[in-house]
Amino acid sequence: MRLVTVAGPPSVGKTSLFIKVAARLRDDGAHVGVVKFDALSTTDDAAYAALGLPVRVGLSGGLCPDHYFVSNIDDCVAWGHGNGLDVLIIETAGLCNRCSPHIKGVLAICVVDNLAGIHTPRKIGPMLRLADVVAITKGDIVSQAEREVFAYNVRLANPRAPVVWCNGITGQGAMDLAFRIDAAPRIDTLEHHHLRFSMPSAACSYCVGETAIGETYQRGNVRKMSFEDSR
Amino acid sequence: MSPRIAAFLSGLGLPDLPAGACIDGWTAAMPEAALQDMGLDREQLAAHLHLLLQAETAEPPAAQSAIHTLTVEGGHGKDGHAEHDALVLSAGEIVCIVGPTGSGKSRLLADVECLAQGDTPSGRRILLNGALPTPDQRFAPDCKLVAQLSQNMNFVVDLTVGVFLDMHAACRQIDPDSGVTGRIIAIANSLAGERFGPDVSLTQLSGGQARALMIADAALLSESPIVLIDEIENAGINRRDALDLLVSEDKIVLVSTHDPLLALLGNRRVIISHGRIADVITTSEAEKAVLIQLEDIDAAMLAVRERLARGERIEDPIVWAHQSPRERPHVR
Repeated sequence: MRLVTVAGPPSVGKTSLFIKVAARLRDDGAHVGVVKFDALSTTDDAAYAALGLPVRVGLSGGLCPDHYFVSNIDDCVAWGHGNGLDVLIIETAGLCNRCSPHIKGVLAICVVDNLAGIHTPRKIGPMLRLADVVAITKGDIVSQAEREVFAYNVRLANPRAPVVWCNGITGQGAMDLAFRIDAAPRIDTLEHHHLRFSMPSAACSYCVGETAIGETYQRGNVRKMSFEDSR
Repeated sequence: MSPRIAAFLSGLGLPDLPAGACIDGWTAAMPEAALQDMGLDREQLAAHLHLLLQAETAEPPAAQSAIHTLTVEGGHGKDGHAEHDALVLSAGEIVCIVGPTGSGKSRLLADVECLAQGDTPSGRRILLNGALPTPDQRFAPDCKLVAQLSQNMNFVVDLTVGVFLDMHAACRQIDPDSGVTGRIIAIANSLAGERFGPDVSLTQLSGGQARALMIADAALLSESPIVLIDEIENAGINRRDALDLLVSEDKIVLVSTHDPLLALLGNRRVIISHGRIADVITTSEAEKAVLIQLEDIDAAMLAVRERLARGERIEDPIVWAHQSPRERPHVR
């Protein structure tokens, strides 16, 4: 089974784009399934299900979506196998720019959009820097000049990955992404595989439900801002 | 040492590599905690910097500079009827695309944009210099072959014109002191009626100013040898000068339009019907003469528009620039 992880900041158009990609793969004869990770709620599964694809949803609720994702990814692979899928698309929530969902040996696609601002590629961590392919959406509504500066900044953030210009409405780029997924490594299990980079961590009192504010309540892995210069 | 590395490191909040420092030595000395924060391990960081350095010293991709022809072939219409002849476009040529709304003009532009290989609804294939595009030509992000300009596009970044153009120049490794920013603004001002300077915010430009700036930027700062234009007729800019500017840079210019002035400005025009190229017409000398008349009418309309805006009455007869009073058409 070919496996692909799709990550990107919220509202860049991951689902719109991968509905087109999934449809393309399906039309080419592949049995495609999707697992959608999100935080609190999602209706995106219905959009995938409307294509007639098997879909599962993982909602992380009060947990870090990234940690929730990695704790469940191998179960997703087992589900895909159980359903006889040829391709499993894992769409992650990507809620903070420090997300790090990519796995060594698994095709990793990062989706970013031109509307986010030309400096955004600099602000996104392993999710963008360590991706194998970068899909850029919403290029149809910004100037060519901004597209070029944005693409340059993507190149600085990830000099390795090819860029695919995409449009989730017209389906531009979907064929290219489908082609790359068709050539993705086959994965039977992710047991003993490794993430490309460690996930953002915090092990402090607030991780376990503390709500009170103040020095007294800050326990565990706490890091303080420095205000020295402003004095 | 390298502008790309400096820009990448500054994005991480780090100073540039010290002069003479070697990448491997520098990354080896990077504290573990700093690596954690930047989201790259030591090997990843070193590999990253090496790739950026390589990009700096690599030959500029031959792909962009040397596109002499673009061929569109093998397409079919919505009814399945094939397009008979391949359409071959040459550098320095303006080709317009005309046809009713919904006929498939934008599809043709989109096919060129993605360098289609029989994988779009039209089934068209795009060849460059008569050959299939290489993966590099299709996917290299900072040397895109195709630049676009459409009515839907806007400047969205919150920067002044001057700061943004300097930034775009820096992406192209062009020295900001070369004066290119000033030249682009001057050209944009000559295309649009209303002047603007480098200190105005991009998002405050009028529709015409923004369009003029996009065209001037595409001509002077974009490397792309192919320019696709989707409807610029309402922008209030000098269309003839705008297209002349682009082809003077030896670009291949494709313009989809309903505007008679633009359609006749092309060397040829492609007629789209039911999704396919139904015909290709070379603009005749007689048509060029008609175009001059149409430009007069357009200039007259523009003059009236400006006078109305100034609060004037329009009671005197229209004066045509290129015709003697005897030949003037009767104006009701």
